[in-house]
Amino acid sequence: MPRTLMKGNEVIGAAAIRAGCRAFFGYPITPQTELPEYMAAQLPKVGGVFVQAESEIAAINMVYGASGSGARVMTSSSSPGIALKQEGISYIAGAELPCVIVNVMRGGPGLGGIQPSQSDYFQATRGGGNGDYRLLVYAPASLQELADLVQIAFDKADYYRNPVMVLADGMLGQMMEPVEFRDDLPRMELPAKDFAATGTMGERAPRVINSLYLKPEELEEHIHRLFAKYEAMKVNEPLVETVGLEGAEIVVVAYGTTARIVRSAMATLAEEGIHIGLIRPITLFPYPMGVFETLPDSVRQLLVVEMSMGQMIDDVRIANEGRLPISFVGRTGGMVPTPALVAERVRELLGATAVGGATEGSGATAYQGVGTGSTTGGAR
Amino acid sequence: MSVVFAPTIGLRPRETHYCPGCTHGLIHRLVGEVLDELGVLGRTVGVAPVGCSVLAYDYFNCDMHEAAHGRAPAVATGIKRVLPDRIVFTYQGDGDLASIGTGEIVHAAHRSENITVIFVNNAIYGMTGGQMAPTTLIGQRTTTTPGGRDAALTGYPMRMSEMLAQIPGATYVERVSVHSPVYVRKAKKAIRRAFEVQVAGKGFSLVEVLSSCPTNWGLEPAAALDWIKDAMIPIYPLGVLRTPDDPPAYLTAVQPQSDGGAVAGSGMPPATGVVGGDSRGAVPKEGEGSAD
Repeated sequence: MPRTLMKGNEVIGAAAIRAGCRAFFGYPITPQTELPEYMAAQLPKVGGVFVQAESEIAAINMVYGASGSGARVMTSSSSPGIALKQEGISYIAGAELPCVIVNVMRGGPGLGGIQPSQSDYFQATRGGGNGDYRLLVYAPASLQELADLVQIAFDKADYYRNPVMVLADGMLGQMMEPVEFRDDLPRMELPAKDFAATGTMGERAPRVINSLYLKPEELEEHIHRLFAKYEAMKVNEPLVETVGLEGAEIVVVAYGTTARIVRSAMATLAEEGIHIGLIRPITLFPYPMGVFETLPDSVRQLLVVEMSMGQMIDDVRIANEGRLPISFVGRTGGMVPTPALVAERVRELLGATAVGGATEGSGATAYQGVGTGSTTGGAR
Repeated sequence: MSVVFAPTIGLRPRETHYCPGCTHGLIHRLVGEVLDELGVLGRTVGVAPVGCSVLAYDYFNCDMHEAAHGRAPAVATGIKRVLPDRIVFTYQGDGDLASIGTGEIVHAAHRSENITVIFVNNAIYGMTGGQMAPTTLIGQRTTTTPGGRDAALTGYPMRMSEMLAQIPGATYVERVSVHSPVYVRKAKKAIRRAFEVQVAGKGFSLVEVLSSCPTNWGLEPAAALDWIKDAMIPIYPLGVLRTPDDPPAYLTAVQPQSDGGAVAGSGMPPATGVVGGDSRGAVPKEGEGSAD
């Protein structure tokens, strides 16, 4: 197919319809509003359903009803709106229903701002709703990847019978890039939707879409079933891009548009003869832990770059298992880190290593073994 | 030997968890009988609430969804929009519908979703043990109004049906009671009429059923039925509040703006094309009255 110049939010809508999404329930919020607008215009043309809900809470509950009825269904919002959807997301995960949820992130907390941010990482990967559940979370870095992952997300949601979140940021939503809607995306063999409550037609026992288990032993068993799926995701679904790890002393970890900023910094530094590597997680849950276990011996430290105060860094710490020092640089609240900021931080870290082999006193923060609240020394 | 009474096929053959004297079971039966008698049981999908009737999904003999507290009308919207030929109903208590779910019920009525709502009003939160609801009567003792409900602190009983009947999209709204056999028969008629409105594709229908809660009212079952008659009905008068035959007269549609985006000037285009008698036709259809 030819490449088309499109806006990110519209790419999401076009990819969803191409993936067979025929129901969308949404609510306006900047910077994702072009997506419900696109769906309002396009879904009726393919026999689909668009409803502008009275709230994000209602929208996600409409998704719950439509998904339980067997529809391929999506909703989208931006950070404060995604916060409102958390109740419904928890119910959908608990009832084991498929759907795709798009978060075009903006700065927070509270009403925050309308500029791009990555400060909903915890909300996406730790669950903003109540209970023991997880979402499969994709973090595209380009509109091409957005087009691909939105389509893949629908298959994964159906396969696992679990909500899948596409975590974009305001930059991805608002930018324009050429996109190809590929015909060669991996397609999955999907189970029949034999859970859907579509009416018994007098031919079978009633089906119930439900997340209530009043007997704790039954709820525990149910949660173990959910977690068997999440364990399968951890084995089968991690996606990561790595660039230039071999021979690099510093490896930067960044996702989404921030990773593209890091790529610019890499090019700048390469002109100075400084070679750094990049780990770009494409799935945030499951997190690509494995890549951190097999880093080349040249790698001496990790630098995490985020458009937040540092949230993914927690997963880097878990993946790193204390092997390498970890530093952080980021901007937040809608401010975007520049390639120059990243490059400067790399130079600082390399300078500190060259002088004394330690990052302390250099202005850089070495999280390794500093103020970690260890209870082994002097604790009573 | 003739059969004078048999359980309805609209309910599953199992015991309910409801307290002695509670009228939830009776209201379930009326809904089940109507679904059976209309011949729609097999293509019906129900939505259960949070509250005493949270387990209604185990009792109705049709496919069911369990919704979050107050969200049943939104869940029902999602179901009905993707399965428009199914009969979709919600079964909600007064805590669910009149308190935490006011947004969802108002907007389902506002969109005239073609669903039926069974709204069971017993003026109290039952499942959590007898707290004040928006529908609790002035002076009524609950665990959160131990001295009796004080309007100065907590407002007056909320009349949801009257409020909803003001909404253009609320096609059919009626309040009934089940405190005696003659009223039970009237209640069944109302429930039947509400589902008939949906079957005919005429839009949103709601039946409010005044219901007893002997346990949390602190009354014997018979006294609780009297309390519906003597205390509740004066505050919640019975009757039809909206029918498909009395639509509001003020529904008009504007011309769609031309494809240039924003409307030129400060005002909206003049309202033209009065849409008479059908609240669901308020939006111009494609190709009608286009300004392009």
